[in-house]
Amino acid sequence: MTTEAQLVEVPTGFDRSEVEQFLYREARLADESQYDEWEALWTDDALYWVPVGGQGGDPRREMSVIYDNRNRISTRLKQLRTGRRYAQAPQSNLRRLISNIEFLGGVTNPDGAIDLEVGANFLVIESRARDTHLWGGRATYRLRRDDDTLRLVYKKVVLVDNDRPLPTLGFLI
Amino acid sequence: MTSSIDAAADTGSPYDRLILPDKVHGSLYTDARIFEEELRKIWYRTWVFVGHESEVAQPGDYVRKRLALQDVIMTRDRDGEVHLLLNRCAHRGNQVCDDAKGNSSTFRCPYHGWTFRNNGDLIGFPFFKGYGGRQLDLALGRVPRMESYHGFVFGSFATDGPSLIEHLGAAAGEIDRLAQLSPLGKVELNAGWLQHQTRSNWKLLAENETDGYHPQFVHGSIFGVTGSTIGPLYSDASTAVTRDLGNGHSENDLRPEFRKFAQPMRWFGTTESRVPDYVAAMRAKHGDQADRILIEGAPHVMIFPNLFIAEIQVFNIQPVAVGECVQYSTAVQLAGAPELNKRMVSQCVGSVGPAGMLLADDTEMYERNQAGLAALDPEWLDVRRGMNREVRDENGFKIGSATDETGMRGFWSHYKKLMEAQ
Repeated sequence: MTTEAQLVEVPTGFDRSEVEQFLYREARLADESQYDEWEALWTDDALYWVPVGGQGGDPRREMSVIYDNRNRISTRLKQLRTGRRYAQAPQSNLRRLISNIEFLGGVTNPDGAIDLEVGANFLVIESRARDTHLWGGRATYRLRRDDDTLRLVYKKVVLVDNDRPLPTLGFLI
Repeated sequence: MTSSIDAAADTGSPYDRLILPDKVHGSLYTDARIFEEELRKIWYRTWVFVGHESEVAQPGDYVRKRLALQDVIMTRDRDGEVHLLLNRCAHRGNQVCDDAKGNSSTFRCPYHGWTFRNNGDLIGFPFFKGYGGRQLDLALGRVPRMESYHGFVFGSFATDGPSLIEHLGAAAGEIDRLAQLSPLGKVELNAGWLQHQTRSNWKLLAENETDGYHPQFVHGSIFGVTGSTIGPLYSDASTAVTRDLGNGHSENDLRPEFRKFAQPMRWFGTTESRVPDYVAAMRAKHGDQADRILIEGAPHVMIFPNLFIAEIQVFNIQPVAVGECVQYSTAVQLAGAPELNKRMVSQCVGSVGPAGMLLADDTEMYERNQAGLAALDPEWLDVRRGMNREVRDENGFKIGSATDETGMRGFWSHYKKLMEAQ
Protein backbone atom coordinates (compact mmCIF):
# COMPACT_ATOMS: atom_id res chain seq x y z
CA MET A 1 0.00 0.00 0.00
CA THR A 2 1.39 3.39 -0.94
CA THR A 3 1.51 6.06 1.69
CA GLU A 4 4.12 8.54 0.52
CA ALA A 5 3.87 8.33 -3.24
CA GLN A 6 6.21 9.71 -5.84
CA LEU A 7 4.28 12.59 -7.38
CA VAL A 8 4.08 13.14 -11.11
CA GLU A 9 2.61 16.18 -12.87
CA VAL A 10 -0.94 17.22 -12.07
CA PRO A 11 -3.08 14.98 -14.30
CA THR A 12 -5.54 16.42 -16.77
CA GLY A 13 -9.27 15.89 -16.50
CA PHE A 14 -9.73 17.29 -12.99
CA ASP A 15 -11.64 20.55 -12.90
CA ARG A 16 -10.82 22.78 -9.92
CA SER A 17 -14.40 23.62 -9.11
CA GLU A 18 -15.48 19.99 -9.40
CA VAL A 19 -12.67 18.95 -7.03
CA GLU A 20 -13.57 21.68 -4.53
CA GLN A 21 -17.21 20.65 -4.62
CA PHE A 22 -16.12 17.06 -3.93
CA LEU A 23 -14.02 18.08 -0.92
CA TYR A 24 -16.85 20.20 0.48
CA ARG A 25 -19.26 17.33 0.04
CA GLU A 26 -16.91 14.91 1.82
CA ALA A 27 -16.60 17.46 4.64
CA ARG A 28 -20.36 17.92 4.93
CA LEU A 29 -21.06 14.18 4.97
CA ALA A 30 -18.48 13.76 7.75
CA ASP A 31 -19.88 16.75 9.68
CA GLU A 32 -23.41 15.37 9.46
CA SER A 33 -22.36 11.77 10.26
CA GLN A 34 -23.94 10.52 7.05
CA TYR A 35 -22.01 7.28 7.19
CA ASP A 36 -23.46 5.51 4.13
CA GLU A 37 -22.88 8.42 1.77
CA TRP A 38 -19.41 9.06 3.22
CA GLU A 39 -18.46 5.40 2.84
CA ALA A 40 -19.64 5.42 -0.78
CA LEU A 41 -17.02 8.05 -1.62
CA TRP A 42 -14.17 5.59 -1.09
CA THR A 43 -12.53 3.28 -3.62
CA ASP A 44 -11.74 -0.36 -2.80
CA ASP A 45 -8.04 0.44 -2.34
CA ALA A 46 -8.87 3.20 0.15
CA LEU A 47 -6.51 4.39 2.85
CA TYR A 48 -7.53 6.72 5.67
CA TRP A 49 -4.59 7.79 7.84
CA VAL A 50 -4.25 10.05 10.89
CA PRO A 51 -0.59 9.90 11.94
CA VAL A 52 1.07 11.14 15.13
CA GLY A 53 4.36 12.99 15.56
CA GLY A 54 4.07 15.31 12.57
CA GLN A 55 3.93 13.60 9.19
CA GLY A 56 4.22 10.15 10.77
CA GLY A 57 6.67 7.36 9.97
CA ASP A 58 6.00 3.95 8.46
CA PRO A 59 2.38 3.28 9.49
CA ARG A 60 2.90 -0.47 9.28
CA ARG A 61 5.58 -0.32 11.97
CA GLU A 62 4.55 2.71 14.02
CA MET A 63 1.44 3.72 15.89
CA SER A 64 -1.14 5.99 14.24
CA VAL A 65 -4.40 7.44 15.56
CA ILE A 66 -6.14 5.94 12.52
CA TYR A 67 -4.70 3.76 9.76
CA ASP A 68 -7.70 2.21 8.02
CA ASN A 69 -7.80 0.28 4.80
CA ARG A 70 -11.17 -0.14 3.08
CA ASN A 71 -12.06 -3.09 5.26
CA ARG A 72 -11.34 -1.24 8.48
CA ILE A 73 -13.19 1.86 7.32
CA SER A 74 -16.17 -0.45 6.93
CA THR A 75 -15.69 -1.88 10.44
CA ARG A 76 -15.35 1.61 11.92
CA LEU A 77 -18.60 2.71 10.27
CA LYS A 78 -20.42 -0.46 11.27
CA GLN A 79 -19.45 0.22 14.87
CA LEU A 80 -20.70 3.79 14.57
CA ARG A 81 -24.00 2.62 13.09
CA THR A 82 -24.72 0.38 16.10
CA GLY A 83 -25.51 3.51 18.11
CA ARG A 84 -23.45 2.00 20.95
CA ARG A 85 -20.09 3.41 19.88
CA TYR A 86 -20.13 5.48 23.08
CA ALA A 87 -17.25 7.72 22.01
CA GLN A 88 -19.70 8.96 19.38
CA ALA A 89 -23.08 8.27 20.98
CA PRO A 90 -24.47 10.84 21.22
CA GLN A 91 -22.86 12.15 18.06
CA SER A 92 -20.72 15.28 18.16
CA ASN A 93 -22.07 18.45 16.60
CA LEU A 94 -19.57 19.34 13.91
CA ARG A 95 -18.77 21.93 11.29
CA ARG A 96 -15.53 22.27 9.41
CA LEU A 97 -13.92 24.76 7.11
CA ILE A 98 -11.60 23.78 4.27
CA SER A 99 -9.31 26.25 2.58
CA ASN A 100 -5.91 26.72 0.89
CA ILE A 101 -6.81 24.00 -1.62
CA GLU A 102 -3.84 23.13 -3.83
CA PHE A 103 -3.43 20.62 -6.63
CA LEU A 104 -0.15 18.97 -5.65
CA GLY A 105 0.46 16.43 -8.40
CA GLY A 106 -0.47 13.03 -9.70
CA VAL A 107 -0.04 9.49 -8.36
CA THR A 108 0.00 6.50 -10.70
CA ASN A 109 -2.62 4.01 -9.50
CA PRO A 110 -2.60 0.20 -9.89
CA ASP A 111 -4.62 0.48 -13.13
CA GLY A 112 -2.00 2.74 -14.65
CA ALA A 113 -4.17 5.85 -14.57
CA ILE A 114 -3.20 8.96 -12.63
CA ASP A 115 -4.98 9.96 -9.41
CA LEU A 116 -4.96 13.61 -8.36
CA GLU A 117 -3.27 14.60 -5.11
CA VAL A 118 -4.80 17.64 -3.42
CA GLY A 119 -3.81 19.39 -0.23
CA ALA A 120 -6.04 21.58 1.95
CA ASN A 121 -6.04 23.17 5.40
CA PHE A 122 -8.97 22.47 7.68
CA LEU A 123 -10.47 23.60 10.94
CA VAL A 124 -13.15 21.50 12.66
CA ILE A 125 -15.31 22.78 15.49
CA GLU A 126 -16.54 19.85 17.57
CA SER A 127 -19.14 20.34 20.27
CA ARG A 128 -20.03 17.52 22.62
CA ALA A 129 -20.92 17.00 26.27
CA ARG A 130 -17.26 17.21 27.31
CA ASP A 131 -16.59 20.61 25.72
CA THR A 132 -16.01 22.36 22.43
CA HIS A 133 -12.77 21.41 20.76
CA LEU A 134 -10.92 22.81 17.77
CA TRP A 135 -9.20 20.33 15.49
CA GLY A 136 -6.93 21.89 12.91
CA GLY A 137 -4.39 20.72 10.40
CA ARG A 138 -3.72 19.83 6.80
CA ALA A 139 -5.28 17.02 4.83
CA THR A 140 -3.89 15.34 1.76
CA TYR A 141 -6.44 13.69 -0.50
CA ARG A 142 -6.06 11.50 -3.57
CA LEU A 143 -8.99 11.54 -5.96
CA ARG A 144 -9.73 9.15 -8.81
CA ARG A 145 -11.96 9.78 -11.77
CA ASP A 146 -14.50 6.98 -12.02
CA ASP A 147 -16.60 7.63 -15.15
CA ASP A 148 -18.53 10.79 -14.37
CA THR A 149 -17.78 10.93 -10.67
CA LEU A 150 -14.83 11.46 -8.38
CA ARG A 151 -13.90 8.90 -5.75
CA LEU A 152 -11.69 9.17 -2.69
CA VAL A 153 -8.62 6.92 -2.72
CA TYR A 154 -6.61 8.33 0.13
CA LYS A 155 -7.00 10.83 2.91
CA LYS A 156 -4.20 11.69 5.30
CA VAL A 157 -5.02 14.06 8.14
CA VAL A 158 -2.07 15.73 9.85
CA LEU A 159 -3.30 17.48 12.99
CA VAL A 160 -1.18 20.42 14.10
CA ASP A 161 -1.09 19.07 17.66
CA ASN A 162 -0.51 15.40 16.89
CA ASP A 163 2.70 15.44 18.93
CA ARG A 164 0.71 16.07 22.12
CA PRO A 165 -2.06 14.27 24.02
CA LEU A 166 -5.28 14.37 21.98
CA PRO A 167 -8.78 13.98 23.35
CA THR A 168 -11.05 11.24 22.07
CA LEU A 169 -11.56 11.47 18.31
CA GLY A 170 -14.82 9.63 17.76
CA PHE A 171 -16.06 11.38 14.62
CA LEU A 172 -14.84 11.19 11.01
CA ILE A 173 -12.06 13.71 10.62
CA MET B 1 -24.09 -2.40 61.48
CA THR B 2 -21.31 0.13 62.00
CA SER B 3 -21.45 3.21 59.81
CA SER B 4 -18.33 4.42 58.03
CA ILE B 5 -18.09 7.40 60.36
CA ASP B 6 -18.08 5.16 63.44
CA ALA B 7 -15.36 3.01 61.88
CA ALA B 8 -13.23 6.12 61.44
CA ALA B 9 -13.56 7.00 65.08
CA ASP B 10 -11.99 3.65 65.92
CA THR B 11 -8.66 4.21 64.16
CA GLY B 12 -8.32 7.84 63.25
CA SER B 13 -7.02 7.29 59.68
CA PRO B 14 -9.01 9.34 57.19
CA TYR B 15 -8.59 6.48 54.73
CA ASP B 16 -10.41 4.15 57.12
CA ARG B 17 -13.41 6.37 56.53
CA LEU B 18 -12.97 6.52 52.76
CA ILE B 19 -11.95 2.98 51.86
CA LEU B 20 -14.05 0.11 53.16
CA PRO B 21 -13.83 -3.53 52.09
CA ASP B 22 -16.91 -3.25 49.89
CA LYS B 23 -17.05 0.41 48.90
CA VAL B 24 -14.88 3.49 48.35
CA HIS B 25 -15.76 7.13 48.77
CA GLY B 26 -16.32 9.37 45.75
CA SER B 27 -14.03 12.10 47.09
CA LEU B 28 -11.04 9.83 46.38
CA TYR B 29 -11.55 10.72 42.71
CA THR B 30 -12.48 14.37 43.06
CA ASP B 31 -10.63 15.90 46.04
CA ALA B 32 -7.59 17.90 44.90
CA ARG B 33 -6.00 17.56 48.36
CA ILE B 34 -6.11 13.78 48.08
CA PHE B 35 -4.50 14.06 44.64
CA GLU B 36 -1.67 16.16 46.15
CA GLU B 37 -1.18 13.50 48.79
CA GLU B 38 -1.14 10.77 46.13
CA LEU B 39 1.64 12.60 44.32
CA ARG B 40 3.76 12.53 47.48
CA LYS B 41 2.87 9.08 48.76
CA ILE B 42 2.39 7.10 45.55
CA TRP B 43 3.72 8.77 42.41
CA TYR B 44 6.84 10.25 44.00
CA ARG B 45 7.54 7.26 46.22
CA THR B 46 6.61 3.88 44.81
CA TRP B 47 7.94 2.31 41.59
CA VAL B 48 6.28 3.94 38.57
CA PHE B 49 6.58 2.69 34.99
CA VAL B 50 8.31 5.30 32.80
CA GLY B 51 9.28 3.68 29.50
CA HIS B 52 11.19 0.85 27.88
CA GLU B 53 14.90 0.44 27.25
CA SER B 54 14.20 -0.32 23.57
CA GLU B 55 13.05 3.31 23.18
CA VAL B 56 16.67 4.34 23.69
CA ALA B 57 18.32 1.47 21.86
CA GLN B 58 21.60 3.20 20.92
CA PRO B 59 24.14 5.14 23.01
CA GLY B 60 23.14 8.81 22.90
CA ASP B 61 19.45 8.07 22.31
CA TYR B 62 17.05 10.01 24.49
CA VAL B 63 13.30 10.32 24.80
CA ARG B 64 11.15 12.68 26.88
CA LYS B 65 8.79 10.91 29.28
CA ARG B 66 6.43 11.81 32.09
CA LEU B 67 6.50 10.55 35.64
CA ALA B 68 3.34 12.12 37.07
CA LEU B 69 4.01 15.87 36.74
CA GLN B 70 7.75 15.42 36.21
CA ASP B 71 9.31 15.97 32.79
CA VAL B 72 11.85 13.16 32.58
CA ILE B 73 14.53 12.58 29.95
CA MET B 74 15.29 8.89 29.54
CA THR B 75 18.79 8.62 28.09
CA ARG B 76 21.32 5.97 27.23
CA ASP B 77 24.91 7.05 27.86
CA ARG B 78 28.02 6.00 25.93
CA ASP B 79 28.52 3.04 28.28
CA GLY B 80 25.03 1.79 27.49
CA GLU B 81 23.57 2.72 30.86
CA VAL B 82 20.01 4.11 31.02
CA HIS B 83 19.30 7.23 33.10
CA LEU B 84 16.15 9.04 34.16
CA LEU B 85 17.15 12.70 34.27
CA LEU B 86 14.93 15.63 35.18
CA ASN B 87 14.48 18.29 32.54
CA ARG B 88 15.68 21.21 34.63
CA CYS B 89 18.93 23.11 34.34
CA ALA B 90 20.98 23.11 37.55
CA HIS B 91 21.56 26.85 37.06
CA ARG B 92 18.14 28.50 37.06
CA GLY B 93 15.73 25.67 36.32
CA ASN B 94 15.18 26.19 32.59
CA GLN B 95 14.34 23.10 30.53
CA VAL B 96 17.46 21.71 28.89
CA CYS B 97 15.70 19.41 26.41
CA ASP B 98 12.85 20.49 24.13
CA ASP B 99 12.75 17.75 21.51
CA ALA B 100 10.52 14.72 22.11
CA LYS B 101 13.38 12.37 21.21
CA GLY B 102 16.72 12.29 19.49
CA ASN B 103 20.33 11.31 19.79
CA SER B 104 22.84 13.51 21.56
CA SER B 105 25.63 12.98 24.05
CA THR B 106 24.90 16.33 25.71
CA PHE B 107 22.07 18.70 26.57
CA ARG B 108 22.78 22.40 26.32
CA CYS B 109 20.52 24.81 28.18
CA PRO B 110 19.43 27.53 25.74
CA TYR B 111 19.25 30.15 28.51
CA HIS B 112 22.93 30.56 29.56
CA GLY B 113 24.61 27.77 27.63
CA TRP B 114 25.24 25.36 30.48
CA THR B 115 25.99 21.93 29.07
CA PHE B 116 25.30 18.54 30.63
CA ARG B 117 26.38 15.07 29.60
CA ASN B 118 23.56 12.57 28.96
CA ASN B 119 24.35 10.95 32.31
CA GLY B 120 23.49 14.24 34.03
CA ASP B 121 27.04 15.50 34.73
CA LEU B 122 27.65 19.23 34.28
CA ILE B 123 30.49 19.54 31.77
CA GLY B 124 30.65 23.25 31.05
CA PHE B 125 29.31 26.75 31.59
CA PRO B 126 30.33 29.90 29.72
CA PHE B 127 32.50 32.67 31.26
CA PHE B 128 33.71 30.43 34.06
CA LYS B 129 35.74 33.19 35.75
CA GLY B 130 32.47 34.40 37.28
CA TYR B 131 32.45 31.17 39.26
CA GLY B 132 36.15 31.28 40.16
CA GLY B 133 36.90 28.11 38.23
CA ARG B 134 35.79 25.50 35.72
CA GLN B 135 34.20 23.10 38.23
CA LEU B 136 30.86 23.32 40.04
CA ASP B 137 29.27 20.65 42.21
CA LEU B 138 26.02 20.79 40.23
CA ALA B 139 24.33 18.28 37.91
CA LEU B 140 20.97 17.61 36.30
CA GLY B 141 18.42 16.25 38.74
CA ARG B 142 17.48 12.63 38.39
CA VAL B 143 14.90 10.13 39.53
CA PRO B 144 16.83 8.77 42.52
CA ARG B 145 16.21 5.11 41.79
CA MET B 146 15.85 3.45 38.41
CA GLU B 147 15.48 -0.25 37.78
CA SER B 148 14.24 -2.25 34.85
CA TYR B 149 12.66 -5.63 34.31
CA HIS B 150 12.68 -7.20 30.84
CA GLY B 151 13.51 -3.69 29.63
CA PHE B 152 10.48 -2.07 31.33
CA VAL B 153 12.01 0.96 33.07
CA PHE B 154 10.62 2.05 36.42
CA GLY B 155 11.58 5.04 38.52
CA SER B 156 11.13 5.74 42.21
CA PHE B 157 11.63 9.08 43.93
CA ALA B 158 12.16 7.29 47.25
CA THR B 159 15.90 7.02 47.87
CA ASP B 160 15.32 3.74 49.64
CA GLY B 161 12.50 1.26 49.98
CA PRO B 162 11.46 -2.00 48.38
CA SER B 163 13.42 -3.04 45.28
CA LEU B 164 11.59 -3.15 41.95
CA ILE B 165 11.44 -6.93 42.05
CA GLU B 166 9.94 -6.78 45.55
CA HIS B 167 7.36 -4.26 44.31
CA LEU B 168 6.49 -6.35 41.26
CA GLY B 169 6.16 -9.51 43.31
CA ALA B 170 3.92 -11.98 41.50
CA ALA B 171 3.33 -9.51 38.64
CA ALA B 172 6.94 -10.12 37.51
CA GLY B 173 5.84 -13.58 36.36
CA GLU B 174 3.30 -11.96 34.04
CA ILE B 175 6.02 -9.87 32.39
CA ASP B 176 8.01 -13.11 32.08
CA ARG B 177 5.04 -14.65 30.28
CA LEU B 178 5.00 -11.78 27.81
CA ALA B 179 8.74 -12.04 27.12
CA GLN B 180 8.42 -15.79 26.66
CA LEU B 181 6.24 -15.13 23.60
CA SER B 182 9.29 -13.76 21.81
CA PRO B 183 11.40 -16.42 20.11
CA LEU B 184 14.37 -14.48 21.49
CA GLY B 185 12.80 -13.95 24.93
CA LYS B 186 12.78 -10.20 24.44
CA VAL B 187 10.00 -7.59 24.43
CA GLU B 188 10.47 -4.25 22.68
CA LEU B 189 8.30 -1.13 22.78
CA ASN B 190 9.61 0.70 19.76
CA ALA B 191 6.47 1.39 17.70
CA GLY B 192 5.94 4.85 19.23
CA TRP B 193 3.22 5.91 21.66
CA LEU B 194 -0.24 7.35 21.16
CA GLN B 195 -1.14 10.02 23.70
CA HIS B 196 -4.77 10.07 24.77
CA GLN B 197 -5.93 12.93 26.95
CA THR B 198 -8.44 11.62 29.48
CA ARG B 199 -10.55 13.82 31.69
CA SER B 200 -10.88 11.56 34.64
CA ASN B 201 -9.03 10.58 37.75
CA TRP B 202 -6.25 8.04 37.08
CA LYS B 203 -7.71 5.50 39.49
CA LEU B 204 -10.80 4.96 37.34
CA LEU B 205 -8.42 3.63 34.68
CA ALA B 206 -6.35 1.51 37.06
CA GLU B 207 -9.54 -0.10 38.38
CA ASN B 208 -11.06 -0.64 34.94
CA GLU B 209 -8.06 -2.43 33.43
CA THR B 210 -8.88 -5.75 35.09
CA ASP B 211 -12.62 -5.15 35.41
CA GLY B 212 -14.05 -8.11 33.54
CA TYR B 213 -17.60 -6.88 34.13
CA HIS B 214 -17.64 -4.03 31.58
CA PRO B 215 -16.36 -5.45 28.24
CA GLN B 216 -19.65 -6.93 27.05
CA PHE B 217 -21.41 -3.64 27.65
CA VAL B 218 -18.83 -0.98 26.74
CA HIS B 219 -17.38 -2.98 23.84
CA GLY B 220 -20.51 -4.78 22.66
CA SER B 221 -20.60 -2.54 19.57
CA ILE B 222 -17.20 -3.65 18.26
CA PHE B 223 -17.45 -7.28 19.42
CA GLY B 224 -20.75 -7.52 17.56
CA VAL B 225 -19.59 -6.15 14.22
CA THR B 226 -16.27 -8.03 14.15
CA GLY B 227 -17.51 -11.35 15.53
CA SER B 228 -14.82 -11.09 18.18
CA THR B 229 -14.28 -14.01 20.56
CA ILE B 230 -13.27 -11.66 23.40
CA GLY B 231 -16.79 -11.08 24.75
CA PRO B 232 -17.40 -14.61 26.10
CA LEU B 233 -14.08 -14.48 28.01
CA TYR B 234 -15.75 -11.90 30.24
CA SER B 235 -19.15 -13.50 30.63
CA ASP B 236 -20.93 -15.16 33.53
CA ALA B 237 -20.10 -18.54 31.97
CA SER B 238 -16.37 -17.81 31.55
CA THR B 239 -13.85 -19.98 33.38
CA ALA B 240 -11.32 -17.11 33.40
CA VAL B 241 -10.42 -15.74 36.83
CA THR B 242 -9.68 -12.31 38.24
CA ARG B 243 -6.65 -12.47 40.52
CA ASP B 244 -5.39 -10.09 43.19
CA LEU B 245 -1.63 -10.47 42.71
CA GLY B 246 -0.75 -8.41 45.79
CA ASN B 247 0.93 -4.96 46.04
CA GLY B 248 -2.02 -3.48 44.16
CA HIS B 249 -1.40 -5.57 41.02
CA SER B 250 -4.16 -7.65 39.47
CA GLU B 251 -4.89 -9.71 36.40
CA ASN B 252 -7.62 -11.25 34.33
CA ASP B 253 -6.20 -14.73 33.91
CA LEU B 254 -7.73 -15.91 30.64
CA ARG B 255 -5.69 -19.10 30.44
CA PRO B 256 -8.47 -21.41 31.66
CA GLU B 257 -10.55 -20.34 28.65
CA PHE B 258 -7.69 -20.69 26.18
CA ARG B 259 -6.76 -24.11 27.58
CA LYS B 260 -10.34 -25.22 27.04
CA PHE B 261 -10.04 -24.56 23.31
CA ALA B 262 -6.38 -25.69 23.23
CA GLN B 263 -5.74 -23.90 19.93
CA PRO B 264 -2.32 -22.27 19.55
CA MET B 265 -2.60 -18.52 18.69
CA ARG B 266 -6.31 -18.34 19.50
CA TRP B 267 -5.38 -15.77 22.17
CA PHE B 268 -4.23 -13.54 19.29
CA GLY B 269 -7.38 -14.18 17.28
CA THR B 270 -5.53 -16.17 14.65
CA THR B 271 -4.32 -19.66 13.82
CA GLU B 272 -0.90 -21.30 13.46
CA SER B 273 -1.20 -21.46 9.70
CA ARG B 274 -1.43 -17.66 9.42
CA VAL B 275 1.86 -17.06 11.26
CA PRO B 276 3.95 -20.13 10.30
CA ASP B 277 7.41 -18.57 10.70
CA TYR B 278 6.63 -17.36 14.19
CA VAL B 279 5.20 -20.69 15.30
CA ALA B 280 8.20 -22.54 13.85
CA ALA B 281 10.60 -20.24 15.69
CA MET B 282 8.70 -20.75 18.95
CA ARG B 283 8.73 -24.55 18.54
CA ALA B 284 12.46 -24.47 17.86
CA LYS B 285 13.02 -22.42 21.00
CA HIS B 286 10.59 -24.01 23.44
CA GLY B 287 10.26 -27.62 22.22
CA ASP B 288 7.45 -29.50 23.94
CA GLN B 289 6.55 -26.40 25.98
CA ALA B 290 5.76 -24.43 22.82
CA ASP B 291 2.18 -25.59 22.49
CA ARG B 292 1.36 -24.60 26.06
CA ILE B 293 2.93 -21.15 25.60
CA LEU B 294 1.17 -20.57 22.28
CA ILE B 295 -2.16 -21.69 23.73
CA GLU B 296 -1.95 -19.66 26.95
CA GLY B 297 -0.94 -16.44 25.20
CA ALA B 298 -0.12 -13.05 26.69
CA PRO B 299 -1.00 -11.67 30.13
CA HIS B 300 -3.71 -9.16 30.95
CA VAL B 301 -2.18 -7.51 33.99
CA MET B 302 -2.42 -4.16 35.75
CA ILE B 303 0.80 -3.30 37.56
CA PHE B 304 0.28 -0.71 40.29
CA PRO B 305 0.02 2.19 39.80
CA ASN B 306 0.33 2.78 36.06
CA LEU B 307 1.48 -0.06 33.79
CA PHE B 308 -1.20 -2.05 32.03
CA ILE B 309 -0.22 -4.90 29.74
CA ALA B 310 -3.28 -5.98 27.78
CA GLU B 311 -2.04 -8.94 25.76
CA ILE B 312 -0.59 -7.19 22.70
CA GLN B 313 -0.74 -3.60 23.90
CA VAL B 314 0.90 -1.66 26.68
CA PHE B 315 -0.50 1.37 28.48
CA ASN B 316 1.35 3.90 30.58
CA ILE B 317 -1.06 5.97 32.67
CA GLN B 318 0.20 9.28 34.03
CA PRO B 319 -1.84 11.71 36.13
CA VAL B 320 -2.08 15.39 35.23
CA ALA B 321 -4.56 16.66 37.83
CA VAL B 322 -7.24 15.21 40.08
CA GLY B 323 -9.63 15.00 37.12
CA GLU B 324 -7.21 14.45 34.25
CA CYS B 325 -4.64 11.94 33.10
CA VAL B 326 -2.95 10.80 29.91
CA GLN B 327 -2.98 7.27 28.54
CA TYR B 328 0.11 6.47 26.50
CA SER B 329 -0.39 3.33 24.44
CA THR B 330 1.71 1.24 22.11
CA ALA B 331 1.92 -2.19 20.53
CA VAL B 332 3.99 -4.95 22.05
CA GLN B 333 6.81 -5.91 19.71
CA LEU B 334 8.44 -9.30 20.14
CA ALA B 335 12.09 -9.66 19.10
CA GLY B 336 12.46 -12.33 16.45
CA ALA B 337 8.78 -12.23 15.44
CA PRO B 338 8.47 -9.84 12.46
CA GLU B 339 5.41 -11.70 11.19
CA LEU B 340 3.59 -11.06 14.44
CA ASN B 341 4.89 -7.53 15.00
CA LYS B 342 3.20 -5.96 11.97
CA ARG B 343 -0.07 -7.62 12.93
CA MET B 344 0.28 -6.34 16.48
CA VAL B 345 0.81 -2.78 15.29
CA SER B 346 -2.20 -3.04 12.99
CA GLN B 347 -4.50 -4.54 15.63
CA CYS B 348 -3.27 -2.13 18.25
CA VAL B 349 -3.83 0.93 16.01
CA GLY B 350 -7.38 -0.27 15.44
CA SER B 351 -8.03 -0.73 19.15
CA VAL B 352 -6.29 1.94 21.23
CA GLY B 353 -5.76 5.68 21.38
CA PRO B 354 -8.10 8.62 20.72
CA ALA B 355 -9.90 6.91 17.81
CA GLY B 356 -9.39 3.30 18.93
CA MET B 357 -12.41 1.09 18.47
CA LEU B 358 -11.99 -0.23 22.03
CA LEU B 359 -10.19 2.41 24.06
CA ALA B 360 -12.10 5.46 22.88
CA ASP B 361 -15.19 3.84 24.39
CA ASP B 362 -13.40 2.99 27.64
CA THR B 363 -12.25 6.58 27.78
CA GLU B 364 -15.77 7.81 27.21
CA MET B 365 -16.78 5.75 30.26
CA TYR B 366 -13.91 7.20 32.36
CA GLU B 367 -14.95 10.73 31.49
CA ARG B 368 -18.66 10.16 32.07
CA ASN B 369 -17.78 8.36 35.30
CA GLN B 370 -15.78 11.38 36.48
CA ALA B 371 -18.68 13.68 35.57
CA GLY B 372 -21.10 11.37 37.36
CA LEU B 373 -19.02 11.51 40.53
CA ALA B 374 -19.87 15.20 40.87
CA ALA B 375 -23.35 14.12 41.96
CA LEU B 376 -23.68 14.34 45.73
CA ASP B 377 -25.67 11.20 46.36
CA PRO B 378 -24.92 8.33 46.75
CA GLU B 379 -21.43 9.21 47.99
CA TRP B 380 -19.92 5.77 47.44
CA LEU B 381 -18.72 3.51 44.65
CA ASP B 382 -19.55 -0.13 45.22
CA VAL B 383 -16.74 -2.69 44.90
CA ARG B 384 -18.37 -5.72 46.47
CA ARG B 385 -18.97 -7.77 43.33
CA GLY B 386 -17.73 -11.32 43.90
CA MET B 387 -16.94 -10.97 47.62
CA ASN B 388 -19.47 -13.75 48.12
CA ARG B 389 -17.47 -16.18 45.99
CA GLU B 390 -13.86 -15.06 46.42
CA VAL B 391 -11.45 -17.89 47.25
CA ARG B 392 -7.69 -18.41 47.53
CA ASP B 393 -5.88 -20.18 44.72
CA GLU B 394 -3.15 -22.78 45.23
CA ASN B 395 -0.57 -19.98 45.67
CA GLY B 396 -2.63 -18.11 48.25
CA PHE B 397 -3.80 -15.31 45.93
CA LYS B 398 -7.40 -14.13 46.12
CA ILE B 399 -9.30 -15.05 42.98
CA GLY B 400 -12.77 -14.24 41.77
CA SER B 401 -14.77 -15.07 38.68
CA ALA B 402 -14.09 -13.41 35.33
CA THR B 403 -16.46 -10.52 36.05
CA ASP B 404 -15.65 -9.97 39.73
CA GLU B 405 -14.14 -6.88 41.37
CA THR B 406 -11.36 -8.81 43.07
CA GLY B 407 -8.70 -6.75 41.29
CA MET B 408 -10.21 -3.45 42.43
CA ARG B 409 -10.30 -4.57 46.06
CA GLY B 410 -6.63 -5.53 45.79
CA PHE B 411 -5.87 -2.11 44.31
CA TRP B 412 -7.63 -0.29 47.17
CA SER B 413 -6.04 -2.37 49.87
CA HIS B 414 -2.55 -1.45 48.61
CA TYR B 415 -3.52 2.17 47.92
CA LYS B 416 -4.76 2.53 51.51
CA LYS B 417 -1.51 1.13 52.87
CA LEU B 418 0.56 3.62 50.86
CA MET B 419 -1.66 6.59 51.72
CA GLU B 420 -1.61 5.78 55.44
CA ALA B 421 2.19 5.65 55.53
CA GLN B 422 3.95 8.80 56.68
